[in-house]
Amino acid sequence: MNILKLSAKNLSRNKLTTVLNIVLVAFGVGILSILFLASTQIGDKLESNSKDIDLVVGAKGSPLQLILSSIYHIDFPTGNIPAKDAQALMQNPMVKRAVPLALGDNYQGYRIVGTDSSFTGLYGLKVAKGSFWNKDLEATIGSAVAAESKLKVGDHFFGAHGLSNSDDEHKQHAYIVKGILAPQGNVTDNLILTNIGSVYKMHEPSHEADKHHHGEDEKEINNREITSLLIQYRSPMSVVIFPRMVNQSTNMQAASPAMESARLFSLIGVGIETLKWFAILIMAISALSVFISLFNSMKEKKYDLAIMRCLGASKAKVFFLVMLEGLMITVTGALIGLAIGHLALMLIGHFQESSQARLTGYYFLTDELYLIGAGLVIGIIASIIPAVQTYKVDIASTLSKDK
Amino acid sequence: MIKIQSLTHQYNQVPKLQFPDWEIKDAEQWLLLGSSGSGKSTLLNIIAGLLKPQSGEVILDGTSVYQLSSKEMDQFRGQKIGIVFQKPHFIKSLNIYDNIAIASSLAGLPIDAKRISLLLETLGLAGKAKKYAEELSQGQLQRASIARALVNHPSVLIADEPTSSLDDENAENVISLLTEQAASSHASLIVATHDNRVRNRLSKEYLLS
Repeated sequence: MNILKLSAKNLSRNKLTTVLNIVLVAFGVGILSILFLASTQIGDKLESNSKDIDLVVGAKGSPLQLILSSIYHIDFPTGNIPAKDAQALMQNPMVKRAVPLALGDNYQGYRIVGTDSSFTGLYGLKVAKGSFWNKDLEATIGSAVAAESKLKVGDHFFGAHGLSNSDDEHKQHAYIVKGILAPQGNVTDNLILTNIGSVYKMHEPSHEADKHHHGEDEKEINNREITSLLIQYRSPMSVVIFPRMVNQSTNMQAASPAMESARLFSLIGVGIETLKWFAILIMAISALSVFISLFNSMKEKKYDLAIMRCLGASKAKVFFLVMLEGLMITVTGALIGLAIGHLALMLIGHFQESSQARLTGYYFLTDELYLIGAGLVIGIIASIIPAVQTYKVDIASTLSKDK
Repeated sequence: MIKIQSLTHQYNQVPKLQFPDWEIKDAEQWLLLGSSGSGKSTLLNIIAGLLKPQSGEVILDGTSVYQLSSKEMDQFRGQKIGIVFQKPHFIKSLNIYDNIAIASSLAGLPIDAKRISLLLETLGLAGKAKKYAEELSQGQLQRASIARALVNHPSVLIADEPTSSLDDENAENVISLLTEQAASSHASLIVATHDNRVRNRLSKEYLLS
């Protein structure tokens, strides 16, 4: 019979109070855990998706919307830009790499992105099966698209109009899956990539499509519109000059992913901060609740502890017995809270509509250890006063009052 | 053997208690008698190492009890002294078996399951090992507290008014068990009482006036 077993037995004797206290701690830690995990995953996704992109150029409008639609593929584009103007920017000496994007269609909610081979270089894409697209109406699909839509190399599918799931399919042209990308751990897992000509073809009257089919791919950008351009600078010096040049001398807007991501995070941050303080408040309430429970149980357990002292328990032993009871409640609550946090994120990820920003519960942070640490601290704070009381208990007078 | 020398103790605003020197040889059985307020419980608490006297010395098996550190004294008490209180108190979250076993654990001794079973059987509690204190009668609890006091083979068994809350039959049982078990364990026995039913049951008397 050790102190740990005795503490557990003492706690199990007051099941309802113990469970209530554990639930309170678990609730607070659970919320904090969800916030930690979600904000870190969102931050990581934002960073990994925009890692090598210095600037996005698109139609004038909300710069955040432009970033969200062109990099993260979670919002609608601000409009289109003339391909001719985009081409001129692509030739600018300050630009190291420029990737054109043409958006407009989806397949089962997965966005079909018309682009060129520079897109594969920008994200360092590799195919797991088949090959990259080569001609009009050939597509290379992301790993998550393949897994969830069950499309295989050689399968045909129809794109639907719009950027979210719809029934308005372009029945006149079917795409053929030429390849499946290896998992990248970024937004490209959820995209269907094709050339820009395919996107044009889908939106042209059928006779123009036939003409285009025989046209030259090199010229396809020049006479049309595209959605946006992802730009990598040749030199960091361009950070100041290039966006200003675009915004002032063209009919397009330039948006910096770094700045817009930071702005987005500061907007989300207000909500996160509020929830964080709410969780901290719950944890403070749980500490108070554990303290009140232990303090009240001291009246009942005073004789138990005096008897233990009579039987040979040292002052330190009964002190640790009380501390252990508080710690067992809060640490158990913290562990359950962490489990709840991961489970909640799994559920959120499962029911999330947007696959591009899907959260997962299979994600672990070393910061979570701090939450267990917080459980320990709350346990210590809540039990220290009752434990000190037991330390000071006068065995002889306590037992004489029991007569 | 226990020796008590020049013991005095004083509570707030109460006349000082002075205890005559006393020597208790191994396996002797003593009644500690005295009127209410004469200091019987105080003396027992001092002997048990639960209450530090103002002056004087308690020597048990050659060890001066109050020369020990607090931690040493706790362990010494757990190993050498068995205590039976007027009102038997048990840890509520533990069953009777565990309440007895914990006396060994807390004294830093290994749990002797055979001895616990034997004691429970001898004291008529064989079927009560898994019961909790609230499920037992006063008489059964007092017998269980004797088992707990004896489990570590103490040198001295101290009982403070062990029969005062019991009916005649249970009082007789408890005093018989105390004397028999102390004798079979070769432990000295000190019973503080003002219960007339117990007066002639022990061979020696120590009277506090």
